[in-house]
Amino acid sequence: MPTRSETNAKALELRRRFEQAGATLVEPPLLQPAETLLDLYGEDIRGRAYVTSDALRGEQMLRPDFTVPVVQMHMAEGAEPARYTYAGEVFRRQEDHPDRPNEYVQVGYEVFDRTNPAVADAGVFALMEQALSPYDVTPMTGDIGLLKAAVVGLDTSDARRAALMRHIWRPKKFRALLDRFAGKTPMSDARAVLLAATDPFAEVSAFGGKRSTSEIEQRIAALKADTKTPPFDDDALRGIDQLLAISAVLPEALKQLHDLSRDMPSITVAIAGLKARMDALQSHGVQVDSLMFETSYGRTSMEYYDGFVFGFYAQQHADMPAIATGGRYDALTQRLGDGQTIPAVGGVLRPGLMLELETRP
Amino acid sequence: MTIKLGVPSKGRLMEKTFEWFADRGVVLSRTGSDREYAGRVDGVADVSLVLLSAGEVPRELAEGRLHLGVTGTDLIREKLPLWGQQVASIHEMGFGHADLILAVPQSWVDVDTLEDLDAVAAQFRATHNHRLRIATKYHRLVRDALRDAGVADYALVDSQGATEGTVANETAEAIADITSSGETLRANHLKILSDALILQSQATLWHSQTAPMTANEAAALDALLAKLG
Repeated sequence: MPTRSETNAKALELRRRFEQAGATLVEPPLLQPAETLLDLYGEDIRGRAYVTSDALRGEQMLRPDFTVPVVQMHMAEGAEPARYTYAGEVFRRQEDHPDRPNEYVQVGYEVFDRTNPAVADAGVFALMEQALSPYDVTPMTGDIGLLKAAVVGLDTSDARRAALMRHIWRPKKFRALLDRFAGKTPMSDARAVLLAATDPFAEVSAFGGKRSTSEIEQRIAALKADTKTPPFDDDALRGIDQLLAISAVLPEALKQLHDLSRDMPSITVAIAGLKARMDALQSHGVQVDSLMFETSYGRTSMEYYDGFVFGFYAQQHADMPAIATGGRYDALTQRLGDGQTIPAVGGVLRPGLMLELETRP
Repeated sequence: MTIKLGVPSKGRLMEKTFEWFADRGVVLSRTGSDREYAGRVDGVADVSLVLLSAGEVPRELAEGRLHLGVTGTDLIREKLPLWGQQVASIHEMGFGHADLILAVPQSWVDVDTLEDLDAVAAQFRATHNHRLRIATKYHRLVRDALRDAGVADYALVDSQGATEGTVANETAEAIADITSSGETLRANHLKILSDALILQSQATLWHSQTAPMTANEAAALDALLAKLG
């Protein structure tokens, strides 16, 4: 294992590289207000981050990543376009994986630029790839925007589309919803009784709590309306399955997506974006003919990425986490920016893992 | 040296544990005054009794300061993420039964399953601008169960007691707690979700996988375990 000072020296070298590429150095605090992160990521972050508190400031989190504080910093005082770099520790609880470090160094590069997303995506990826060129690592890419576009294009109710969109990053739940909306899951007895009842509250002896009776009535009305929504046809389900199964080198994946778009016109714009990104990657010298692309990549581990996603892996060492990860997170900037959006893309390197690769056989 | 057996220091759990051991010819007793947490073991050699809170038994077993300990499955699973490597279950003791469940107000007639809870969490957050709050002291178990079921837009709020009252007091919308008969839930106008039995717990005798033992102590442990059957 590399020492802390070796890792810090490597981190500094990588950070300088990003500074030379035009990025401004930022140094967000180690302690982050827990409320923002909890509001953004939900309860899961509490299982993964260290929470501490004092009587005055309340709950604080030991920085679980840099992205959120960098976005906040940019939103508060940044000029556009902007690019930032940073290097420092992040902290993750590893209660289920005692062999993984709970503190490690990340070096990141983030771009806020609304002129040309494809070019910004390619620029970030190429910079990461160049920094990793001495290492035997293999990139993987994906694009969450394709699945989002497919959901938007589904011929169904707004409520069903919204439910699917909400669970795009939870593949198991997403699948369960698809099955339900396809009529494959029978209605429970309790639900049937509820929908048939003339007075659903007949057996309720007490009302209370913050959720009002009118909210309950609204949901019952929504459930009744949903029973009138026709189930997905087999073609729609097959289309989603085919989309999620695409795994090929980028030019071949694009071809398969084009074929699929004949039955799924809603993904056409996202495909054009993917093509533009491929061209931009090529002009940055990236070997796109061997670059792997998977439609379902990045759905489980990277919840705030909503477009381009990538990672670099040491395939010789399957036990190692990704050496670098990144992607586009436009929706995150919208959530943090009170409605105003700034298209953003970035990535992080893990210098500790890079040094480990240098010494491993 | 002796092997250390940790037993809950109070109430029904202590009495039932004493009975369970006595039925197997091992007599545990408190010594000194009622308020003094000291005890003795008769019927088997080289075993000493440690009386402590049931909630501390998991940590003491994991740290190897107890060789054996009696506590609920719920506490072991909540407090020890790697419990499978740190402790082994020797006997389920047949008392102290409690189910960790999720309950919502009885008036939520539209909520019967975790899938409903997830849908309502989305509606609740959009309406009230904060996440649906679930009061519990079993943070890890509840979070894992909800993640597995794909429930989003909720927040856990810590409640170390009188959890059933949090809904009426509007400090939470739902609760996750242990229940044996469900009577307290009913009295507080709460109902159990039909698919949210997170864990079935009972008093269990655990064996620490980390406590060091001399040859003597290992022999004492074998003798005790043989007696317990």
